[in-house]
Amino acid sequence: MFDKYEKGILISSILVMMLFIFSLVYSLDKKGRNITECIPFNKTYQKGRVEKIDDSTYQVFMVAKMWAFEPDKIYIPVGSTVDFFLTSLDVVHGFNIAPKNVNLMAVFGGVGKSTVKFDNPGVYKIVCHEYCGVGHQFMQGEVIVNYPENK
Amino acid sequence: MEISRSLKRIIIIELFVPVSLLTIGIYHGLMQTIYRAGFLHQAGALKLDYYQGLTLHGVINAVVLTTFFAVAFGHATITHYLKREPDILIARISMCLMIIGTLMAAWAMLSGKASVLYTFYPPLKAHPLFYLGAALLIVGSWLPFFNWAKMYRQWKKENAEVKTPLAVIGTLVNFTIWFVCTLAVAYEVLVLLIPWSMGWTKTIDVTLSRTLFWFFGHALVYFWLLPAYIMFYTMLPKLAGGKLYSDLAGRIAFFSFLVLSIPVGVHHQFADPGITRGVKMFQGLLTFGIAIPSFMTAFNLAASLEYAGVQRGSKGLFGWIKKLPFLDPNRYLFAYMICGLILFIFGGLTGIPNASYQLNNVIHNTAFLPGHFHMTVAGPVFLAIIGMSTFLISQLKGKKIFWPKINVVIPYLWMIGVLIFSSGLMWGGLIGEPRRTNLGLSYLNPQSPLFRPDWVPTTMLALAGGIIMFVAGMLYFVVFFGTLIRKKTEVALLDLPESETYHVEKRVPIFDKFKPWLVIMVVVLLLAYVPALWGINNNNAPKALPYKVDNPMPDTTNTLNK
Ligand code: HEM
Ligand SMILES: [Cu+2]
Ligand SMILES: [Cu+2]
Repeated sequence: MFDKYEKGILISSILVMMLFIFSLVYSLDKKGRNITECIPFNKTYQKGRVEKIDDSTYQVFMVAKMWAFEPDKIYIPVGSTVDFFLTSLDVVHGFNIAPKNVNLMAVFGGVGKSTVKFDNPGVYKIVCHEYCGVGHQFMQGEVIVNYPENK
Repeated sequence: MEISRSLKRIIIIELFVPVSLLTIGIYHGLMQTIYRAGFLHQAGALKLDYYQGLTLHGVINAVVLTTFFAVAFGHATITHYLKREPDILIARISMCLMIIGTLMAAWAMLSGKASVLYTFYPPLKAHPLFYLGAALLIVGSWLPFFNWAKMYRQWKKENAEVKTPLAVIGTLVNFTIWFVCTLAVAYEVLVLLIPWSMGWTKTIDVTLSRTLFWFFGHALVYFWLLPAYIMFYTMLPKLAGGKLYSDLAGRIAFFSFLVLSIPVGVHHQFADPGITRGVKMFQGLLTFGIAIPSFMTAFNLAASLEYAGVQRGSKGLFGWIKKLPFLDPNRYLFAYMICGLILFIFGGLTGIPNASYQLNNVIHNTAFLPGHFHMTVAGPVFLAIIGMSTFLISQLKGKKIFWPKINVVIPYLWMIGVLIFSSGLMWGGLIGEPRRTNLGLSYLNPQSPLFRPDWVPTTMLALAGGIIMFVAGMLYFVVFFGTLIRKKTEVALLDLPESETYHVEKRVPIFDKFKPWLVIMVVVLLLAYVPALWGINNNNAPKALPYKVDNPMPDTTNTLNK
């Protein structure tokens, strides 16, 4: 049915695919994968707040709404590990802390989660990257990690 | 062959309508790059708001143009290869439905009542006519498919032992994918969105709507792509002066698309809550199955082009590249296709991070994404569409190409523009620049506290590319409309270039039948989507009230009473 070159085409295509799939599976349990988990919804997620678990562990309950994040400024010390829980009170919003690869969608009735460690001081910008109405381009926030130093 | 006046007219109208609308789409494409580069610090210009324009850009370029073209090109291919014409009444009804639907949606968008972007994610609410228009466009595009399928069965009865022409397989595969995937979006629109936007139902399940949308949305990209693939397989080798290396590999590729195009939509929702990691992972893996037909196509076409170069007397390992008819005004379709393919190399490669479960986190919803898909949908797809539209108009009207020498450089200009434009966007995306954002009002406004100087070079680069694309787009309009209104000098006919195949293969029955492939398609689809929908159904997530784009309070008034 197939000649030499056709077989070549098929086999190389399949090899390329296997390479892709291998890389995907290989990196599954590596650090920083952070694919949002599927967390059952309850109303407590609809209240924006920061909770300190211990000196270096925080939980941020982030609420996105037209057109602000709540809380929109989060102060934490260097070296903290932060669980972000994200939901929306109205339309779909985005949540991106680009330098940390935290990248979630805020969906009404859903709770996204991503965990990340802040090793370096600085101001990390949070940008809403899903169109959410006329104020979308103003919707942003900040994670402030020991900055300025004395805070 | 000679074709009837009525069919000719239908094909021409189905090209004319979307290309006319495309002028708005291209205009606002340029505007988007201008706002984004921070040259406009305002919400809108010339009565068109940024997001209203972006909605028009997405809907016209990516849905209206592609759907009309797929139907028009489908009529042409089926007629050409089966040597018989589709039922004119059905074709007419289909055309009218598509035009009425498009006009409804266009009215809603232009009057600012539907600035919800082409993905219309609830709970952002648009005017009901926007949704209804979209539904009519889709239903209109189904009708010819049923007719072609009937013609094919008839043809098959008469030619049981003859291999079905590859272009016919491609067209039927494409519309099967389209029919199945649009069932989901038709359900979303007709059952969930329209009653909700009319105020008859109060709330809507957002995750369910998004999942139904992406059931459709990923397959949509293959619906864009397959007409271009049909041209690459059945015309490109001929235009290059060679033969298609393997017809059988082409068939395998098309049937693989049939199986794998739909059950991967969740890869657009890796960042969504409400869908389990298991479902995401499974569909993520399936996505890479698409690597098989894609790489097969790449190898097959490269081999065909090499053969063409050798036929034209090339020497050495890569000498064949120099022998291809890049700038031959009489074979301008070659130029459109080769530029599309070059863009597609980059478009395909930059799609890999999007599809990769983990890597997606780096670039999801950033400017990287439009950077990537302007090298696919605004690359091979768009170039194949505009090249073929000029070709069909010129043949069906019996008119010579207007500005033939310009016509053949348009694709090169477009390609260079897109490469620069996409580099800018992708670079921006890697440093966090968001997509779907009027950057000029905030992040690219030096007066704003949100100003981001690091996004100046990236958006400038995108603007530079955008200007080149815009110029190429304008030249295309001159060629297309110039050809259309020219004096008729030739015999009007329909005669698509037909590649021979290098290997004369026997008919392999399994690759010449739809049934087994349809069964596999359904099985994989159920495996992928039953768990996803089951999970969403069992989430018991609360449902959302409707919101208008300009008001943070829910809007529950009945839209039609206002
Ligand atoms: C002059 C040519 C063009 C330019 C300068 C251009 C520019 C752009 C820009 C800057 C964006 C991103 C806007 C944003 O996210 O804020 C965009 C989005 C988009 N473009 Fe284009 N574009 C052009 C042509 C095309 C063509 C020919 C197609 C398809 C055939 C196309 C399809 C799309 C789609 C589907 C989107 C996404 C819309 C959305 O996110 O809702 N564009 N374009
Ligand atoms: Cu937003
Ligand atoms: Cu996709």
